[in-house]
Amino acid sequence: MPRITREQVLYTARLARLRLTDDEARAMTRHLEAILDYAAQLETVDTEGVEPMSHVMALETPLRSDAPQAGLSADDALANAPGSDGTHFLVPKILDSETQA
Amino acid sequence: MNASERYEVVIGLEVHVQLRTQSKLFSTAKVGFGDAPNHNVNELCLALPGALPVLNAHAVELAVRAGLATHCRINTHSVFARKNYFYPDLPKGYQISQYEQPLCSAGWLDVIAAEGEAAQRIGITRIHMEEDAGKSLHEGRAGSAVDLNRSGVPLIEVVFEPDLRSARQAVACLRTLREILRYMGVSDGDMEKGQFRCDANVSLRRHGESALGTRREIKNLNSFRFAAAAIEQEVAAQAEILDAGGAVVQATLGYDVDKGRCFVMRSKENADDYRYFPDPDLLPLKLTQQRIEAIRATLPELPEQRRARFEQDLGLRADDARVLTASRTLADWFEVAALAHGAPQTVAKWVLRDVLGALRERDRDASALALQPEHFAKLLALQDAGRITAKGVRQLLPELLFEGGDPETLLRARGLEAVSDSAELEALVTRVLDENTAVQKSYAAGDTRALNFLMGKVMRETRGRADPQRVRALLLGKLER
Repeated sequence: MPRITREQVLYTARLARLRLTDDEARAMTRHLEAILDYAAQLETVDTEGVEPMSHVMALETPLRSDAPQAGLSADDALANAPGSDGTHFLVPKILDSETQA
Repeated sequence: MNASERYEVVIGLEVHVQLRTQSKLFSTAKVGFGDAPNHNVNELCLALPGALPVLNAHAVELAVRAGLATHCRINTHSVFARKNYFYPDLPKGYQISQYEQPLCSAGWLDVIAAEGEAAQRIGITRIHMEEDAGKSLHEGRAGSAVDLNRSGVPLIEVVFEPDLRSARQAVACLRTLREILRYMGVSDGDMEKGQFRCDANVSLRRHGESALGTRREIKNLNSFRFAAAAIEQEVAAQAEILDAGGAVVQATLGYDVDKGRCFVMRSKENADDYRYFPDPDLLPLKLTQQRIEAIRATLPELPEQRRARFEQDLGLRADDARVLTASRTLADWFEVAALAHGAPQTVAKWVLRDVLGALRERDRDASALALQPEHFAKLLALQDAGRITAKGVRQLLPELLFEGGDPETLLRARGLEAVSDSAELEALVTRVLDENTAVQKSYAAGDTRALNFLMGKVMRETRGRADPQRVRALLLGKLER
């Protein structure tokens, strides 16, 4: 039983908006299979009674005060935009079937 | 027989509430409304490479307040997670939210659907913190325009248990939540500015059934009226499907305000798959029990508690107490005036009728009141002392309420000082009678309208500054002699 199927790879690629050729899908499946095999070594560790860890550092998040500071000017913000009307970023039309708001 | 008699309606709400902060959730960019597009942005809002999030302490405090005010457990350890999806208003390609370990869990709200009905306890599954996305404007051109001012604005999402059983109850629940969060200073809750937005999950089942029916979710309801209309319409639509022997297919709906109908945005075939995982850029949020208790100690009185106090301590009627506590600003204003005046029921009567009337006329809320509540109390005290008539109070009120000032000064300036001097009033009554001997005769002949005529004369002479009751008594005294 493979750890990952070609269908799962294609589904994941679709979520990432990647279009894979047949060859790429085959190679990707093989690579992901190897990665999952490698990670599977962790399954041999006894984690009974161990809290799930969300971060490798046993620290807590620092906080900052709610003080606004000047950010980028609209001109700077839009400087790298592929499309702009001077005040907004312009993007291609969003197809409804593709939306995931 | 309508749908809700044939089926049990089950509604669950998810409400996004904008926290009242000055800067964004994870960056120092300004939070503003109506600013020029892409002006309140920095490297983080734009997802420029290398920009890292740092959590806003005040946003955390407001979210904790929201949890405490809704009887939630506040988790001392919570985790930020990435919710991954692609949309042009989300430059990072993910939204920072909380998933498996939210800040608040397992709370409730008591909701009264209509005056006189018993309160229903509505469960809250969780409240988590998250950042807002930007705004895409679709203006009929080939593409969309994106404004990232809203990108990163702090929100909480309040997720309710599917405990609601009607559109009316759902709207009452939304109103109650908004009222509490506004009282607590958590949010301004301005729906027109998108600060309070709701998604409603609706399903139907046969009465007595315990399993939930298939639900459809109506997204982005941004007014109470639309929420009620959309839910009612969806209940009717699902009942129609079930009546015809069909099955409801899980879907996400939008509500078309112009057509007054829900429409399918996407169906189950392309259901959401957000691939949540803990955000490696953010460490867990830890709160000490001490910190939580310190925040609890700063919570103001809840509207429900205040209502009860107004009824018990100030002797107000339940309905009146409800109206007066509908906003914290109004309740504060009323309470100061009532205490300064000393007769809360009198003050309540004036506020309910005349102050609220004036606000309604101008389509304003209590925050527009420029008059100090102590000065309002003084104005009513002047009336109690007979120095101004009720009519005079009403004449002064609009100006006083919206411009403020000392009522005594204004009352003198306007010449509205009541004619309270008995000798002055008596002389006036005598003069009017002397000038109208014919009318006196018709009164003596049994024409009661004559009294009203004479009353009118006297009142005109005083330009309405005399107490009508006293004028009437004086006239009668002389006429009957």
